[in-house]
Amino acid sequence: MEYPSKLIEDAVNEIAKLPGIGKKTALRMALHLLRANEERTQLLADSLVNLRTKTQYCTHCHNIADAPVCAICSSSKRDKQTVCVVENTTDLIAIENTSQFNGLYHVLGGVISPLEGVSPHDLNIDSLINRVKDLSLDIKEIILALSATMEGDTTSFFITKKLRDYPVKITTIARGVPIGSELEYTDEITLGRSILGRKAYEH
Amino acid sequence: MWLEKISLLNFKNYEELELSFSEQINCLVGENGSGKTNLLDAIYYLSLTKSAFSTTEAQNIRHQAPFFMVKGLIHKNDHDYQIQFSVQGGQKKVGKNNGVNYDRLSEHIGSFPVVLITPDDTDIIKGGSEIRRKFFDGLISQIDSVYLENLINYNHVLKQRNSLLKQFAENNNYDSDLLDSYSDQLLDFGAKIYAYRKAFVSSFFPTFIAHYDNISGQKETVKITHQSDFASGNYRKDFFQTYQKDLVLQRTTKGVHKDDFDFEINGFPVKKYGSQGQQKSFVIALKLAQFDIMKLEKGIKPILLLDDIFDKLDDLRIAKLVEMVAHHSFGQLFVTDARPERTQTIFQPIEAEKKVFVIQQGTVIDESFM
Repeated sequence: MEYPSKLIEDAVNEIAKLPGIGKKTALRMALHLLRANEERTQLLADSLVNLRTKTQYCTHCHNIADAPVCAICSSSKRDKQTVCVVENTTDLIAIENTSQFNGLYHVLGGVISPLEGVSPHDLNIDSLINRVKDLSLDIKEIILALSATMEGDTTSFFITKKLRDYPVKITTIARGVPIGSELEYTDEITLGRSILGRKAYEH
Repeated sequence: MWLEKISLLNFKNYEELELSFSEQINCLVGENGSGKTNLLDAIYYLSLTKSAFSTTEAQNIRHQAPFFMVKGLIHKNDHDYQIQFSVQGGQKKVGKNNGVNYDRLSEHIGSFPVVLITPDDTDIIKGGSEIRRKFFDGLISQIDSVYLENLINYNHVLKQRNSLLKQFAENNNYDSDLLDSYSDQLLDFGAKIYAYRKAFVSSFFPTFIAHYDNISGQKETVKITHQSDFASGNYRKDFFQTYQKDLVLQRTTKGVHKDDFDFEINGFPVKKYGSQGQQKSFVIALKLAQFDIMKLEKGIKPILLLDDIFDKLDDLRIAKLVEMVAHHSFGQLFVTDARPERTQTIFQPIEAEKKVFVIQQGTVIDESFM
């Protein structure tokens, strides 16, 4: 694409590096910013720079935070004896939105996959073990809430092995038929597992 | 089930072709290189969405043409199916059933079964264990989709484990907990695959032996034995004892990916000691047993494709096969032969509708009922 100005070209190239944005959309955004108030561009740029420079990762759970310890870890209302292990911050947000969990989190930053060059050392697994080891934290239960993929399973497996010598209960989230969905449209693998993992009916 | 019409555009050596087949016997005759096998391959393609012979789609496109298309009209259980596959050079394959695009081509596979018997089939005996595993895996997958799922999972864990062993070697480190995580999953999937294969071989064997006895015309002691690391009662322990070896070789040395199926006649391996005739009888019996199992599973007779097999068989074995054709053991049949007069002699006495197509350099120059 030919651009009337080098300045536009630079802006387009930078915006187009964002996920899901192509050169045409990037050009539309750049021209939009030029037409709008100069103040708006300043606000956008400031918020982006702040995002990058001021965002911190919680030293306890590795969640995104505004302070060295995140809002969840520092809250007095949370149950500190239960830790839910998730792959990334988006998964954490998804669980938070359910309002069904009042414990703490631990964000791994991915799952183990030698094929993609991700080893346990690239993830926050050691710090999880250290949290469990630290008896002053008094962690009683670890909930493994990883994706239902083979890599997720392997990671759960590995963490369980690493924690076998500590007096902590390890649980994993249930897998099965989505609520509100018809049985006949559930895929065979999920349905098969649901049958195998059936549980006593609660009255 | 039968294929009534086929039309080809730029498929292999056919520029353009439209044919109507007989519901029963179709003989494709012509000189070597005329395109008989390519026509069989097109029928195979309509069933399995790939060629039986070429490894890339580019090889299926006629020289210098931009695309190819294979289209067929199939009748099954009182319904008509217009099936179509096309590949435009370098692009993704498109498949349609009655005008509706397939999201995934795997949905199509298995709907219109075919069994192909070719001279290359002796590779099942002569080739490496991989070919035999592929043959049996293909059969078991058609019967039980859970088997295929286990197999895919097993292969995925295997890849991850091998990749991990390489990383251990490169970084000069080792984490037994991590390796165990893969080994445990591998053993779980492997044990299921082993059980499936073992059960399948015992249910497959009676069908196979009946065909072998019939085709060979002799009573010989024939055996198919499933060899596996999992056959040992101690397979778990054995597996963990190979860690050192796995680490040195940087790959997984034990598991169902090393399984083999031993074929024996009178106590000797067919591969080494079987005569040409015994080997041929053996593979044909394997393929006919495959036909029977697919017929049983799908409730319809697969289309049978016989490629150049009269050249390779003696009169006795040909007579036995023809006897099966005459008894209507098969459904629709396609046979290729370079010698029209032999085809005439073999099929003339059979009471069935027979159509002969004379093929020359990618065109059909004559078609007639026999």
